Amino acid sequence: MSTADAQPLIQMQGVNKFFGKFQALKNINLEVRKGERIVVCGPSGSGKSTMIRCINRLEEHNDGHIVIGGKELTDQIEDINAVRREVGMVFQSFNLFPHMTIVKNLMLAQQLVRKISKTKARETAMHYLERVKIPEQANKYPIALSGGQQQRVAIARALCMKPEIMLFDEPTSALDPEMINEVLEVMVDLAKEGMTMICVTHEMGFARSVADRVIFMDKGEIVEEAPPTEFFENPRSERTKNFLSQILSH
Amino acid sequence: MSFDLNLIAESLPLMLMGIGITFKLLIVSGFLGLILAICLLLMRISGRWFLNFPAQVYIYVFRGTPILVQIFIIYYGLPQFEAVRDSIFWPILREPTGCAILALTLNTGAYVSEILRGGVLGVSKGVLEAGSALGMSARQNFIYLTAPIATRLALPAYSNDVISLLKSTALASTITIADMTGIARTIVADTYAPYEIFISLAIVYMIFTFGIQKLFGVIERYLGRYMEREG
Repeated sequence: MSTADAQPLIQMQGVNKFFGKFQALKNINLEVRKGERIVVCGPSGSGKSTMIRCINRLEEHNDGHIVIGGKELTDQIEDINAVRREVGMVFQSFNLFPHMTIVKNLMLAQQLVRKISKTKARETAMHYLERVKIPEQANKYPIALSGGQQQRVAIARALCMKPEIMLFDEPTSALDPEMINEVLEVMVDLAKEGMTMICVTHEMGFARSVADRVIFMDKGEIVEEAPPTEFFENPRSERTKNFLSQILSH
Repeated sequence: MSFDLNLIAESLPLMLMGIGITFKLLIVSGFLGLILAICLLLMRISGRWFLNFPAQVYIYVFRGTPILVQIFIIYYGLPQFEAVRDSIFWPILREPTGCAILALTLNTGAYVSEILRGGVLGVSKGVLEAGSALGMSARQNFIYLTAPIATRLALPAYSNDVISLLKSTALASTITIADMTGIARTIVADTYAPYEIFISLAIVYMIFTFGIQKLFGVIERYLGRYMEREG
């Protein structure tokens, strides 16, 4: 996947997505190059999650083109899993495998998808658990961990697959306030290391400090796309101004 | 009316001679029924109408008719057909025990497949999405995520069905099988003491039910250890 740095890692062109008659995405055009960090914000129901879920085909788009690392996502795509293992995803509700210990959560896909040996998979798992600072939880079940810890495990689980791209779908929205920072710190570290990231989040401090571009979506459209300083200080559209004034007013 | 304790003391050992048959019926049809149920479940969730539809019809027929009638149809009905008498299954179907096991298997399979389906539907969609997002195939998702989680979810309802099956085995006595109930009926016919005999028979079934409950309690705790915060 890393062959063509000149070519964008993610390309979306004229993407439309319908849920029945409701149009969730309208003519989405987005390019993300390797190493770029994108923050996506917008009111609920604006299509943010749907957009990133189209990138690893958890949702199928109806029109337009989506090309990930040179592979176009189509109905005919033979091995969607080959694309998915290069795209890590972190969900709002963590979605850890409840019946497996933390370390097994991290090992499963490595063994099944990457065909890595058990010993090697365990090593990689422990390496990433240390990076998210909870190696001591390795043999517990997810239910025994706090929300913040579970979300860090979920990030580590995605990283174990050595993905090219990380997608974050409101990773801190389900967390108690005191746990948000521990998750954001992990994400900031990742960003510093040059991971290509798309984060749907309303953590505007995070957007300011790490994003290369901030995207504002409303009613299924990309309304505004700008570097963070410009986005926060000088938003062009009325809708963006309204949104920012509401989330930044407290 | 007097309650003849001596008679109970004398007949209990006789009835207990039927335990072997009762357990054989329970374990063999329970096991075969579970395999049948898994096949039916896979047909139901395959997403293909030509698999799903026959499974639905099957489940409807076997849940929609009394098990006693099913036993009679198999025991009295099937031998009427020459094809059945000529088939390799005849040595099994000639025996009342074979017929009872077949009927119990077919019946419990229908119920258990729906119990398992309930478990499968209870697996959170998010967990499966996480599997897919990691690049796991639908088959891997099913084997490593859906199956173990659904098993734990279905267990309480499944233990209910096993207990129900234990009691259904008593119906085998209607086609000459000498299980515990069959023996009890013979003793009653000899002694004209239905009260003592059937009450002690009932107590024996209750003791076995208690054992099954305990067994499933242990399995539930073992498979559900991930649901407890401590440990």
